[in-house]
Amino acid sequence: MDAIRVDNLVKTFDGFTAVDHISFTVGEGELFGLLGPNGAGKTTTINMLSTLLRPTAGSAAVAGFDVARDRDSVRKSIGVVFQEPALDSKLTGRENLEFHTMMYGIGKAERRRRISEVLALVELEDKAATLVEKYSGGMKRRLEIARGLTHRPKVLFLDEPTLGLDTQTRRHIWEYIRKLNNEAGVTIILTTHYMEEADFLCGRIAIMDHGKFVALDTPARLKDTLGGDVISLEIEGNAAAFLDDLGRLDWVKRSKFHEDVLSLTMEKGERRIPELVMLAREKGVTVNCVNLRKPSLEDVFLHFTGRTIREQEANQSERNRARMMGHPGFGRRRS
Amino acid sequence: MSIQGTAIYVLWRREMIRYVRAKSRIIGSLAMPVFFLGFLGLGFRRMPIPGMDAGTGYIGFLTPGIIGMTLLFSSSMQGMSVLWDKEFGFLKEIMVAPVSRVSLVLGRVAGGTTTSMIQGFLIFGASLVLGFRLPGIGAAAFGVVFMLLISFTFIGLGLIFASRMKDMQGFGIIMNFIIFPFFFLSGALTPLENFPWFIRALSYADPLTYGVDGLRAVLIGRSSLPVLVDLAVMIGFALIMLFLGAYFFEKSEGV
Repeated sequence: MDAIRVDNLVKTFDGFTAVDHISFTVGEGELFGLLGPNGAGKTTTINMLSTLLRPTAGSAAVAGFDVARDRDSVRKSIGVVFQEPALDSKLTGRENLEFHTMMYGIGKAERRRRISEVLALVELEDKAATLVEKYSGGMKRRLEIARGLTHRPKVLFLDEPTLGLDTQTRRHIWEYIRKLNNEAGVTIILTTHYMEEADFLCGRIAIMDHGKFVALDTPARLKDTLGGDVISLEIEGNAAAFLDDLGRLDWVKRSKFHEDVLSLTMEKGERRIPELVMLAREKGVTVNCVNLRKPSLEDVFLHFTGRTIREQEANQSERNRARMMGHPGFGRRRS
Repeated sequence: MSIQGTAIYVLWRREMIRYVRAKSRIIGSLAMPVFFLGFLGLGFRRMPIPGMDAGTGYIGFLTPGIIGMTLLFSSSMQGMSVLWDKEFGFLKEIMVAPVSRVSLVLGRVAGGTTTSMIQGFLIFGASLVLGFRLPGIGAAAFGVVFMLLISFTFIGLGLIFASRMKDMQGFGIIMNFIIFPFFFLSGALTPLENFPWFIRALSYADPLTYGVDGLRAVLIGRSSLPVLVDLAVMIGFALIMLFLGAYFFEKSEGV
C-alpha cells in the first residue's frame, strides 16, 4: 500500500490557485521532498494532507485513509512538524509532550516511557522542565520533531524542518531525520527551499512552482537532465571565432555567451579545462577566469522553473568577479 | 462524533497551568472590576435604587452587576485565547490531533468556565470586604448556577468570533463595540428602570441582562423580572451560544 496517494489535488483561496492539480504517490518508508520557492504551494499541500485544509478538488489518501472523508483516521496515522513553531511556550518541554500524548490517547505508563525515549533521541532530557519560551530556535525544532514521534506515526510531515536554523543545528536535524527514516522506517514527507537539504535527505524530489509539479525524480536523475557540468570562462578578445570553433566540438553540449562570460555544458568538465584554455589561446582570446560547477539541484530548479540558466550563470560570474576583485593579488595585476 | 474525556481533561489542564502561571494577567484582569466595585460602590453609596430599601445600598445593587461584568469579560477572553493559539501556531497542534471537534470545544469551555468562575469568586470576595452582605448558602448556590450560565453564554460568543476571525486585531474592536455595550445595556451599573424605553428594548436582547437580574434576585432579592424567567432565558442563551460556538469552531479551518 502507498503511504500517500494524491490525485489531481487542487486548493484555491478566493480565486487564487495555491495548489493546481498535483498527482503523486509516495511509497511506504520513502523520504520524499517537496522543493520549491516560498509561495509555491508546498505548505498548502501539507496542510491538505494533514487535514488542516479541505481540498477544493481532487482527492488524497494518507496511510490508506481519505483526507476529506476519514479525517480522524488520517490524524491518527500522521505526525506533523509545522513550519512555524506550534508549541505552547508557557508550558515546559515535558508538558508539551504530555499534552500531545494525552491528546493522542496514550496511556500513562506508555506515555512516560515514550516521552523519555524521544527526549533522549533529540537530546533535550536536561531541558525537559524548562519553559519552552526559554528554548532556542533549534531546541524548539528538536522538541517538535520529538513530539511528532511520540505517537509513532506511520507518516511524518516535516514542513521546512530547518528553516532559520544555523548550519550546525541543521546538520544535527538532518541526522535525526535520516535515522528516523532508516531505523524506524517512518515515511517522511518534507518540504524545503534549501536545495542541499533536499539533495542530502530525499530519495525522490518533486519540484514545485506556482502550485504545480514541474519535475519529479531522484536527485541524481534530476541533475542528469542538465547534461553535465557547467564551465564558465570569462574571456576577452575575438569571442565569435572562438565560439565558432567550440561549436564544432561534439563534447560541448551547450554553449551560451553573455556579458563576457562563456558558459559551456559538458561531461567531465574538469578534464576539458586545459584543452579549452589552449583553444582560446590559439584564437587569440584571453581567458581571465575559469569556473567549473557540478550541476546542483539549484541548476535543476532554475532549469525547470523558468528563470533562465543564463541569468543564473551571469550572477554566478558576477559573484566570482566580485570575489576575485576583493583578492589583493588579482586586483593589482589587473590595474 | 464522540466525546473524549482525556482530551477534554488535558485541554482543561493546559488552561489551568497557563492561568496559574500568568499571575500578572490575573491581577490585571481583576483590577478593573475591583476599581468599579470600589469607586462606584463608595461614590454612589447613597444613590437611591428603585425597588430597594435604603439599607442595602448601592454596593448591594452593584455587586451582582460587577460579578456579571467579570464573567462577561473573562469568558469572552476565551475566544481571545483561541486567537492567541492561532497566532502562536499552537492551534494547529490541537486541530491536527485525532480528537473530535466537539471534545475540543468542550475542553475550551471547561477551561474557560473554570477561569471565569475563579475570577467571579475573587470579585465576590472583594465585594464582601467592601460591605456586601453574604446571602444564605442556598441563595449562593443558585447564584453559582447563574454565574455558570453567564460563562457558558459568553464563551460560546467568544468562540463564534474567534472562529470567524483570522487574527487578534479584530478582537479589540469586538471588545469595544460588542462587549462594552453588552456590559452597559445589562443594567450592571444602573437600574434598567432608569433607561429610556428604546435602550431598555436593547437591554432585553442582551443575555447579560438576565444573568445580572437573576444574580440580583438570588443574592439581594431585587429583580426586574421573575427569577425563573431569568433562569429560563439564560439557559436558552447558553445552549444557543454554545451550540453556535461549537458549530463555527467545527467549520473553521485549522490554519
